[in-house]
Amino acid sequence: MLNIGPYSFTSRLLLGTGKFPNFDIQKEAVEKSETDILTFAVRRMNIFEPNQPNFLEKIDVKNYTLLPNTAGAKTADEAVRIAKLAKASGLCDMIKVEVIGCAKTLLPDPIETLKASEMLLEEGFIVLPYTSDDVLLAKRLEDLGCHAIMPGASPIGTGLGIINPLNIRYIIEQSSVPVIVDAGIGVPSDAAKAMELGADGVLLNTAVSGANDPVRMAEAMKYGVLAGRAGFEAGRIPKKMHAAASSPLEGMSVL
Amino acid sequence: MNMTVNGRDVQLPDYVTTVRDLLDHFKLNKDMAIVELNQLILDKTTRDDAALSDGDRIEIVQFVGGG
Repeated sequence: MLNIGPYSFTSRLLLGTGKFPNFDIQKEAVEKSETDILTFAVRRMNIFEPNQPNFLEKIDVKNYTLLPNTAGAKTADEAVRIAKLAKASGLCDMIKVEVIGCAKTLLPDPIETLKASEMLLEEGFIVLPYTSDDVLLAKRLEDLGCHAIMPGASPIGTGLGIINPLNIRYIIEQSSVPVIVDAGIGVPSDAAKAMELGADGVLLNTAVSGANDPVRMAEAMKYGVLAGRAGFEAGRIPKKMHAAASSPLEGMSVL
Repeated sequence: MNMTVNGRDVQLPDYVTTVRDLLDHFKLNKDMAIVELNQLILDKTTRDDAALSDGDRIEIVQFVGGG
């Protein structure tokens, strides 16, 4: 089970809902992923274009925990405002703190992320900050009381996988709250790798929504996360510098 | 009545006096809409009856796809 704050989840795969080709494919992908947690962004309604379809209307919201993000915020104050708007939906009290500090790399602003997390914790939110793979920043976020830490594998939407597995490993080792590897996952083996390192979960979006077949990729990511977690729990063999035969050395019929 | 809704200056007919009227006027989905009136986020349970005044600044947002 993945436990975040007061909540428990069966699936360790968190799925974003952006940039799917259409709602039908998205709905099927969500179902195949068997995720429990869906992320969303908060944006203005187009007041001059009523009756716009909304993905939330296509799914049974009761079956999912919604994790809105503060994407679009560049400062802590903006993130707090977006979080409060999200909470006013009455649908959730978890928030993914996302304060982007650089338009080119989409890397999170560490200072504003820290500030926003502190303010939102004071407001009673269940706070999951998206952060870089900086080990000490992750520690500071946990010390504030964040309910999970979400270090990026690599920049958002790149699909480059885990750039710095050592840092991710350090973050996992030091954390007593769940660590969810968020952003940069490209293929199921990336998700598996994150879980093998001991991550409590993986959050991804573009890897599925941008795949040629999002539904198959959603299913593949489910298996990637399951395989990686099982491998972690099973305990890997130590790496050796020299070969060690797996077949018996005695009783060979031919020499 | 003149207001700023989602950054756009709009002129509204006289029957628009509450948030409910405003959402109906623009035919917006009330279940999805989250409303902020003059920088005060409105509670969903009481929001529809909130009274509007000339010059109000209103933000109407919703959840959309995102990662």
